[in-house]
Amino acid sequence: MSSPEIERLIGLLAKLPGLGPRSARRAALYLLKRRESVMTPLARVLNDTADAVGICGTCGNLDANDPCGICADPQRLGSQICVVEGVADLWALERAGAFAGRYHVIGGVLSALDGVGPEDLNMTGLAARANEPEVEEIILALSATVDGQTTAHYITERLDGADVSITRLAHGVPVGGELDYLDDGTIAVALKARRPV
Amino acid sequence: MEWRDQGLVLSARKHGETAAIVSLLTPRQGRHLGLVRGGQSRRRQGLLQPGNLVDAVWRARLEEHLGSFTLEAIHGFSAGVLDDPLRLKGLTAALALLDAGLAEREAHEGIFHETLGLLRALEAAPGAGAEDGTRGWIAAHVRWELKLLDCLGFGLDLSACAATGTTEELVYVSPRSGRAVSRDAGAPYREKLLALPGFLIDPGAAPSRIDIAAGLALTGYFLQGHHFAGTGRAMPAARNRFIDALGK
Repeated sequence: MSSPEIERLIGLLAKLPGLGPRSARRAALYLLKRRESVMTPLARVLNDTADAVGICGTCGNLDANDPCGICADPQRLGSQICVVEGVADLWALERAGAFAGRYHVIGGVLSALDGVGPEDLNMTGLAARANEPEVEEIILALSATVDGQTTAHYITERLDGADVSITRLAHGVPVGGELDYLDDGTIAVALKARRPV
Repeated sequence: MEWRDQGLVLSARKHGETAAIVSLLTPRQGRHLGLVRGGQSRRRQGLLQPGNLVDAVWRARLEEHLGSFTLEAIHGFSAGVLDDPLRLKGLTAALALLDAGLAEREAHEGIFHETLGLLRALEAAPGAGAEDGTRGWIAAHVRWELKLLDCLGFGLDLSACAATGTTEELVYVSPRSGRAVSRDAGAPYREKLLALPGFLIDPGAAPSRIDIAAGLALTGYFLQGHHFAGTGRAMPAARNRFIDALGK
């Protein structure tokens, strides 16, 4: 049917999240029809990005520089480190623009089912950073799931000897959320974490 | 094929980009797997947290198919223990034992209700820091492991001494037969026998930390040696982490 090169392109596109073989075929056709305006620049950007971007040796963020832009930024607060599961969570927090400190990406959560143990996560670097004199607070921004909170408790135990305060994000009613649509677990947690107004 | 039952979520594994394969413990169908479409969505992830009690409808064209679940939340046990590391470890240990230990599609109504009772005790227990209040649910966990052994076909007989038949001073368990042994009858072999803490035969007895450790060592011996070793699987790491946390 198609040439091997096109089939290879379709095969690789189909590996992207959200794309199956049919949509990959459509995307390949789209790219081939717009060779100059989309395909060649995209190929160049993919190549450049693959060459340039790496993992920050300090926090685990993805960036073209090591240390990354956030770690190297003197305007960011060195006293606060926000621990996140992945780079997507770091990006979400940056989008919110509510945090001015630095991050630490642990690269997943402990999961007995998936066989993810502490040795699979970026924990050693976190323990070292927590012992730096300028660090005062470690904020655990992990999912409110069984695995996420198991990881949060593990980190708390691991950082037991460090002279830092350990906090976590609040659990409860989301902004714009209606009580009627919330599950009973969220309502119970929100009630437990109520505070005076 | 279709059935409807209550179910406790034991685990949820990602399947493809959007679905999840969920393992439920139900009273009439036993441990049963099924596909939940959209199981990775943000809306569904809360529902599929281990320890949640759900109303489940399972549908498949043939009985031997994986089939798909339609789930609706009844009660979220996990939410109540997320803040307490020890209770969270207890919850994950119990669910991991069920998920790894029970055969699929074998009805175990008894263990379903026992697990529900354990989760209620976990939820109602005082949180972290309440040192004395925590032992009630931990003792309940050890008793629950005894029930699990029974359900797996390795029930211990703690009613009378295997050697003399007496019901007094039962302080050992034979690692071979799983039967209780009295202090006198067991004295010559006490190095080889397992300790039987009093709270496992007297429901009114308040266990000490040493009793709890002995109880978990007893159930652990039979779970590992008689069940998991036979299936070629290791004891779930979640149970080991729970025991480590109790020792601290």
